[in-house]
Amino acid sequence: MAAIGSRSKLGDILWPVVAWTVALIFFFPIFWMVFTSFKTDADAVKPEFLFFFTPTLENYLNMTENYDYWRFAINSVITASFATIFALAVGVPAAYAMAFNPTKRTKDVLVWMLSTKMLPAAAVLYPMTYLTKNFLNIFDTHFLVILVLCLINLPIVIWMLFTYFKEIPKEIIEAGQMDGVNTWGEIKDILLPLAWGGLASTALLCFIFCWNEAYWTVRLTTTEAATLSKLIEGNRAPEGLFFGRLSAVSTAAVGPIVVLGWFCQKQLVQGLTFGAVK
Amino acid sequence: MASLTLRNVRKRYEAAEVIHGVDLDIEDGEFVVFVGPSGCGKSTLLRMIAGLEEISDGSVSIGETEVNEVAASKRGVAMVFQTYALYPHMTVYKNMAFGLKQAKTPADEIDRRVRAAADILQITDYLDRSPRHLSGGQRQRVAIGRAIVRDPKVFLFDEPLSNLDAALRVQTRLEIARLHERLKTTMIYVTHDQVEAMTLADKIVVLRDGVIEQVGSPIALYEKPQNAFVAQFIGSPKMNFFAASDLSKKAAKVLKTDLTDDMQIGLRPEHMQVCKAADAVVTGTLELVENLGEVALVHLITDTGASFIAKTEKPPKEAKGEAISFTIAPELAHYFDKDSGQRLEG
Repeated sequence: MAAIGSRSKLGDILWPVVAWTVALIFFFPIFWMVFTSFKTDADAVKPEFLFFFTPTLENYLNMTENYDYWRFAINSVITASFATIFALAVGVPAAYAMAFNPTKRTKDVLVWMLSTKMLPAAAVLYPMTYLTKNFLNIFDTHFLVILVLCLINLPIVIWMLFTYFKEIPKEIIEAGQMDGVNTWGEIKDILLPLAWGGLASTALLCFIFCWNEAYWTVRLTTTEAATLSKLIEGNRAPEGLFFGRLSAVSTAAVGPIVVLGWFCQKQLVQGLTFGAVK
Repeated sequence: MASLTLRNVRKRYEAAEVIHGVDLDIEDGEFVVFVGPSGCGKSTLLRMIAGLEEISDGSVSIGETEVNEVAASKRGVAMVFQTYALYPHMTVYKNMAFGLKQAKTPADEIDRRVRAAADILQITDYLDRSPRHLSGGQRQRVAIGRAIVRDPKVFLFDEPLSNLDAALRVQTRLEIARLHERLKTTMIYVTHDQVEAMTLADKIVVLRDGVIEQVGSPIALYEKPQNAFVAQFIGSPKMNFFAASDLSKKAAKVLKTDLTDDMQIGLRPEHMQVCKAADAVVTGTLELVENLGEVALVHLITDTGASFIAKTEKPPKEAKGEAISFTIAPELAHYFDKDSGQRLEG
């Protein structure tokens, strides 16, 4: 009888191989990007220099000197941070209301919020560009980028917070009511301390999504509010394919968020599985 | 300390009414137990008194004051939840102090009251621990402590023992009884366990489907249940019910009552006595014996197919499949209307 849980010898060998293969396939583009970023543009396209080449920091030096990397980076930090803060400021009360005072329509509202994510962004490209440029005059401003990033991530933020808040027993909130806390006290003294882990992973995920957002940040900015996505985009098209430089820019753009993700792995896993793993 | 008055209290969710006009008077210092099967509305009623559920209609008054529109924390009531509902991120001390802090009580007063309550409940040693590191019984004491420090006019308990194991339940039940003795505060206690109701209550309120079936002292409910539902709910094992046709021909004579077909006859298992076949009120075929040591529960079935239980001091000598006859003292028999279930005074 093959006992449940005791895997076969073959499986012991096979699964790690499969896991490593998949991991390497996923990792390869990143590896290649980092590798290429240390090559000159000329070397980057030559097959014979694929693995053996003279590393250079030229691309990175170029980037900070000529392309104003830090301005883009600071814009990314500002827009992603404020968008996350605003999304939480709206999301916490919204999720609180739906988790602890649900009505018959709460589920519908939640589904409706999620449904906004199903609209293809390209469908509203023209109205968004026209309105912000010619009508509202907020094109290429931090305000616009923050607003857009906040709004497109709000459904996810509310869904995640709702799921976390749902896990808090209602009786604890009621005990708080019996003890005389007001709504703000309920949130501040009971809800947030209890949902701290969930809140942190939601904030982190929202920040990452904001940082990585490219569709709107590329199209609704030119210079003033342009983020790192725009920097990558800008290094691609106009002067042909400068792979070395493009790789350096990309590495510098994804670097901070990868490092952040690395340090917050635990919260991320919890966040991505929506609290299912404790 | 205060009395409590419920007048025509109703609760509706959308169109569905779940509490259908409850009237109840609770005296100052009384220990009242709401009892009934799950879904009878006992918890809802308690939560309406607590201020956690809106009162759709009627009025709830604590002392002389109607509290329908008063916030839960301002009603002078404290609640102990079934799940304890302690704040997991606070120490025991902070859990107990939280309510007083909200009420802006001075720190030294908070400290005095928390320590006094901890002393009563013997949890002084745990004050700095977090609830996570306490056993179920200890958590329930903290929950009770949190209620005590607020010095409420009325204590509300929502099935406080159902999450505890059997031994601890008996012990905590005793402690709650002692606490009532000591504090002499009005207490309302919700349970589905009739033993808890019988042992703790000055007054039991039996609820079914959002209606009060009977209010009375435990012994009154046991001796004079107003209807078949209460009769079956109070007492363990449950009262046996028979139709007149299930009983022997001599039954009417022994019970000194005219037995009719529109009547249910209720005989408690503990009141039934083995007798000679000639004197039987009811005769049944032995199906199963549960020997509990001090007593035996004898399961039987009549010729007409009615099952019943008799509680006897010793297990019967008869083997499975043999007939046993029982009689009962006439004053211990109960009669109910077959259709309405209401008690018939015979």
